[in-house]
Amino acid sequence: MTATRSVGIVTAQRARFTEPLLLRSGGVLPAYELVYETYGTLNASGSNAVLVCHALSGSHHVAGVYADQPKSTGWWDNLVGPGKPLDTNKFFVVGVNNLGGCFGSTGPMSHNPATDRPWGADFPFVTVEDWVDSHARLADQLGIQSWAAVLGGSLGGMQALAWTLRYPERVRHGMVIAAAPTLSTENIAFNEVARQAILTDPEFHGGNYYAHGVVPARGLRLARMLGHITYLSDDAMAEKFGRKLRHGEHKYHFDVEYEIESYLRYQGDKFAGFFDANTYLLTTKALDYFDPALDFEGDLCASLARAKAKFFLASFSTDWRFAPARSREIVYALLHNKREVSYVEIDSSAGHDSFLLDNPHYHAAMRAYFQNIEV
Amino acid sequence: MRRTGNQNRRDYDVIASWVQPGARVLDLGCGDGSLLQHLADARQTHGYGIERDSERVIACIQNGINVLQIDLEQGLSGFEDQQFDYVVMSLSLQAVHNTERILSEMLRVGNEVVVSFPNFGYWRHRVSINEGHMPVSDSLPHQWYNTPNVRFFTMADFEQLCARRSICVRERAAFDEDQLVDVDPNNFASVALYRLGR
Repeated sequence: MTATRSVGIVTAQRARFTEPLLLRSGGVLPAYELVYETYGTLNASGSNAVLVCHALSGSHHVAGVYADQPKSTGWWDNLVGPGKPLDTNKFFVVGVNNLGGCFGSTGPMSHNPATDRPWGADFPFVTVEDWVDSHARLADQLGIQSWAAVLGGSLGGMQALAWTLRYPERVRHGMVIAAAPTLSTENIAFNEVARQAILTDPEFHGGNYYAHGVVPARGLRLARMLGHITYLSDDAMAEKFGRKLRHGEHKYHFDVEYEIESYLRYQGDKFAGFFDANTYLLTTKALDYFDPALDFEGDLCASLARAKAKFFLASFSTDWRFAPARSREIVYALLHNKREVSYVEIDSSAGHDSFLLDNPHYHAAMRAYFQNIEV
Repeated sequence: MRRTGNQNRRDYDVIASWVQPGARVLDLGCGDGSLLQHLADARQTHGYGIERDSERVIACIQNGINVLQIDLEQGLSGFEDQQFDYVVMSLSLQAVHNTERILSEMLRVGNEVVVSFPNFGYWRHRVSINEGHMPVSDSLPHQWYNTPNVRFFTMADFEQLCARRSICVRERAAFDEDQLVDVDPNNFASVALYRLGR
């Protein structure tokens, strides 16, 4: 086994774009900024670049830690680094925060020059395709003509797929993890409940809560609690918490009785403390709207015909949010189009969250795939 | 159960000789992808493998073979009619429960089907049964209690099934270890290969 290390101390960078970005919704962003991080070294021909796309609550901080913040480890640090499956000795890895985000890229919290206030509710709807367009401009700035691979899990996997369709000549390998060609009806339903929790919070103020000096923390907390349930599996929750009681006996109150309640409250509070409610709303809408087949009368096979990349897909046995069958839909549509594709269906008890864990088969498959990517 | 060795190489050579150059091939139970690699090298085929076992799937990826981790007991329902020129199953048919369904699925998805399997009618196996024991040999390397094989059939049995299901046997080859067997193969061949069509 190769010795693996962390990429170490990292620093975020910022790119500015002054050319207006036309959005799928019909809206326009007159100018914007993207915050990003890079790990490894771009080679002379620019052929070893890998873009990592983040999921709903992720960011550009994929790997490494920030100076003086020892607990700030990147969200996919177990995958990215020297000697790790996505080996930064070979690849130049780029993580970027999506537009509409709350970690530094232009989003609802950013200053809107037209009104001299935060964008708030005026921030336009952004789609997965809009993110891809904005990241293509970042690739231009970084001198990356084509990505060796575009990789992502969950919403990030949808984004990787969208890259292969929107810029077929600029992606050599599409790596689509724990994703789906569209959200299912049930997925949209969960998103709607999460959004209603935020939209009906009295402190939401129509999305312009910044001006009131408050945040709709209760709504965001509920949204996150609900989301968390769908990221886990029944087995994983039972294994971790079972019916364990906080006080060892029934107290007949609405405070925490069962440990799972404590866990969800903790996760909800933590999330509401750092994530922006408008970003949550916009991102869940981007998920709902994602549908590569929309312009092809619902025909996924027809919509994937323009992809030129080779593909790697992975799904996880207990993931009921983006179930293996949804990944297989993409696999079969790629086969229909005679695309090169490998697909692994990983046995894991951890549900949708599995894609962030270092399951040995999963990481071994990723490592093997990355090793065969020519740069 | 895919293994390497002389018998497998003969198996691979026969399959390669039956496959048209440049063909699209789906290999069911593809192991580490060595047959698909062999076909790509010898016949410039464009191949995909299906494999259930994670270690073998990872080996395929390491070997640069397109592999799909799908359980064959689920059938081939996601595949389209006549999507491949050949659907191949090398030395695995005896390890699938629903033989009839997988054969009919293979003939739906492939223009032609190539299967190979250990011949349970091989004379050494008969001797073993006569002596009171389930056969263990090069072609049947496992003990009865740990074998992955779940269907036990002879060449004669297989041809009877083909006749009953109107499956056309286009070509046949049979081996005793690595020697071609022409005479009474159901008795003298340890491994049989068939090229099938509708």
